[in-house]
Amino acid sequence: MRHLTLAAVTTLVTTAALADTPVLTVYAGDYFTSEWGPGPVVEAEFEKVCDCDLQFSTGDLLPRLLLEGKRTKADVVIGLTSDLTARARATGLFAPHGQDNSALTLPIDWTDDTFLPFNYGHTAFIYNDTLMENPPESFDALLAMPDDVKIVIQDPRTSISGLALVLWVQAIYGDKAQEAWTKLAPKILTVTKDWSSSYGMFTDGEADMVLSYTTSPAYHMFAEDDFTKHAAIFPEGHYFMVETVAKVADTKVPELADQFMAFVMSETFQRKIPTANWSLPAALPQNQWPEGWSKLDLPEKVLFYNETEAAAVQEKAIEAWRSALTQ
Amino acid sequence: MAQRPDPVTRNAGIIAAGLTVAVVLAACIGIATRAEPGGFGPGDWAAIRFTVVQAVLSAALSVLLAVPLARALARRRFFGHGLLVMLLGVPFILPVIVAVIGLLAIFGRNGVLNGMLGALGLPELSIYGLHGVVLAHVFFNLPMATRLLLQGWQAIPAERFRLAAQLGLTPRAVTRTLEWPLLRQIAPGAFALIFVICLTSFAVALTLGGGPKATTIELAIYQTFRYDFDLTRAALLSLVQLVLAGGAALVALWVIPQVSIGGGMDRVPQRWDARGGIQRWGDMAIIALGAGFLLLPLGAVVIRGLIGLPQMPGVVWQSAWISLQVAALSVVILLILALPMAGWIAGKPSGGVEAIGLFGLSASPLMIGTGWFILLNPVVDPVALALPLTALVNALMALPFALRIIVPRLRDTLQDYGRLSATLGQSGASLWRWVILPRIRPQIGFSAGLTGALSVGDLGVIALFADPDRVTLPLQMYRLMGAYRMEAAAGAALLLLVMALGVFWACERGGRMHVAD
Repeated sequence: MRHLTLAAVTTLVTTAALADTPVLTVYAGDYFTSEWGPGPVVEAEFEKVCDCDLQFSTGDLLPRLLLEGKRTKADVVIGLTSDLTARARATGLFAPHGQDNSALTLPIDWTDDTFLPFNYGHTAFIYNDTLMENPPESFDALLAMPDDVKIVIQDPRTSISGLALVLWVQAIYGDKAQEAWTKLAPKILTVTKDWSSSYGMFTDGEADMVLSYTTSPAYHMFAEDDFTKHAAIFPEGHYFMVETVAKVADTKVPELADQFMAFVMSETFQRKIPTANWSLPAALPQNQWPEGWSKLDLPEKVLFYNETEAAAVQEKAIEAWRSALTQ
Repeated sequence: MAQRPDPVTRNAGIIAAGLTVAVVLAACIGIATRAEPGGFGPGDWAAIRFTVVQAVLSAALSVLLAVPLARALARRRFFGHGLLVMLLGVPFILPVIVAVIGLLAIFGRNGVLNGMLGALGLPELSIYGLHGVVLAHVFFNLPMATRLLLQGWQAIPAERFRLAAQLGLTPRAVTRTLEWPLLRQIAPGAFALIFVICLTSFAVALTLGGGPKATTIELAIYQTFRYDFDLTRAALLSLVQLVLAGGAALVALWVIPQVSIGGGMDRVPQRWDARGGIQRWGDMAIIALGAGFLLLPLGAVVIRGLIGLPQMPGVVWQSAWISLQVAALSVVILLILALPMAGWIAGKPSGGVEAIGLFGLSASPLMIGTGWFILLNPVVDPVALALPLTALVNALMALPFALRIIVPRLRDTLQDYGRLSATLGQSGASLWRWVILPRIRPQIGFSAGLTGALSVGDLGVIALFADPDRVTLPLQMYRLMGAYRMEAAAGAALLLLVMALGVFWACERGGRMHVAD
């Protein structure tokens, strides 16, 4: 009986303690919170220092924010890619991030005071060196490859990497983008809805090359000891892709949200990014990257449209892709 | 003129049908409250055209190929017949993502077929394009068409074939008098059903379509959510899809003639008309071809899955359990909707009401999910309702299949036993208990199995708002793929396959206990 009472009291006390613990609700992309994403380690590390309960809520970030509007329960939104920031900004939901942009170690200048980058990568075509002995050495060389070389790409209207690809082609070829797509079209085996379907087709040997990220070989190297997968590096440059975190203006726990934003910039968080997210940390100098990571093949030239420039060329870039591929 | 039996569950049927329509319409209203003036985007008309063309081709080919296959299966009895019939049904309940893996392993560039062609020095065959989309759709829907036709064949009482044999009818005459009326009754409905399934297809069309040429309406709807977030365009496209599907359903149901096979003693039929050697070998060749086409991709999924299974993390099992619960809930919802509706429809002379069933299938799941999100958001946290909503959408998707499966048998039952039952004063619950349920039990089991299996493999509305702590199996598989764990994902795909099959088997077995082989 006494044990029962004790148990009941303990339960009451813990429940009360839980009720007092402030909750930080973080909206994140679905991949982020999975057991294999950075979510669990981020949650554990932050809860060590915040005396709070970090709760993730997953789903399609932007559609969800647009549907919820002012009713959103989010205090922080993590994972908005640079192509979404314009529309996310237009919702008026977000407050300045309050962090020092000069602490960033990105290959481009970042001046946005609302959306704070936490990781980055570049678009790249990945190949297997045991199956492809002479990979293309430039984007031009890729376009000139024989048509029996097959690549898989993603749809720019449903996938962020697919969108980055059409912007990449636009950045290199400008008004000649459609010509470039016409040359590439016979080599495109298929266009998938998302990145993972494409990548699966590549690892199954269905395609010779896949549109992915410069950091993809890192997964094979460090998680599988497989050194056959490489990113083909092109001197024309590679398109820069970044994921950001932002603070919701109407949050009921502004101090916690600010603390989280600072945590994102901390070494603890940044050091976890490479192996948990398989991408490059946004605020960590290259000499502090995990063992082996600085040996990754990375492009010297980086191409990027900021959100205003992207908004100006995006429609045109997608239409060039669509009309060349439907001919 | 014979008097028709009274509708058995008229009020309940009307309520169930009303609920079905309300779920879809409410979602439309939800979206309409957020829509702004707008119109179709570039490529939308091409998408509508492509959708119709591929759906017509896929449905026609599936039904045409199903006729010889179902006939051969109905005429032959051999060791493992029951198992083969069940396995042939698997592609239909296969989650799309799993099926594509299997199809590529056989028909892909690096697949078995091209490996054999290469060894023979023949040129490579490409699966990518319109023909790839149609091939995949036939792979999915041939089993459905075959099952519907086979059930029709099996519903012909054994006494009919005995009588035909006693009268010395030639095989051709048996076809004309017994089989042709049956085909005319079942084939148009099967065509309409498959047409509607193919209308709403989107993941297959993308992977095997080879590019933006192969854009379906459902995919265009998905694009509007992901890319423009143009709810007006999404609503317009959903409407086009509903109208196309509804139109197809009405036309098909209108042309279905009334055929009554007549009551029998429920004996297992013997086919005296199909004992000839040519017929025997022809049937076996057709069965072998059909089995090869449908089962080889499944074998590929199994082999790849077995390789990946050791790498599959434990959390996948939790997801499997959650998916099982969603499936169970969707079966319950389905039966609550389908049985009263079937009773209502079966009592009516024409099947116009059956079109309501197709309504749920032709509505875009993404649209239903978004519409309900908008409606629920001010009142409750939609995330908490993500799984029940998924189960509801799954039940709606399965409703037309269930009606197609249950109604013909129920209608025959009412026609054959309705007046006798009325004479004996049986109605309402006792009519269901003693006359209807024992007779439609196999159909109920089949429908429940189908619903559960479809639900196990469906990603559904989860993509928009998932509960991070309650992840379904398909979503978990996507997460594995998104984290480069392709082999572990293949293991999860195998688990998905086994579970879909297990759910289907358990329900169907429950319904067919009394049928002796």
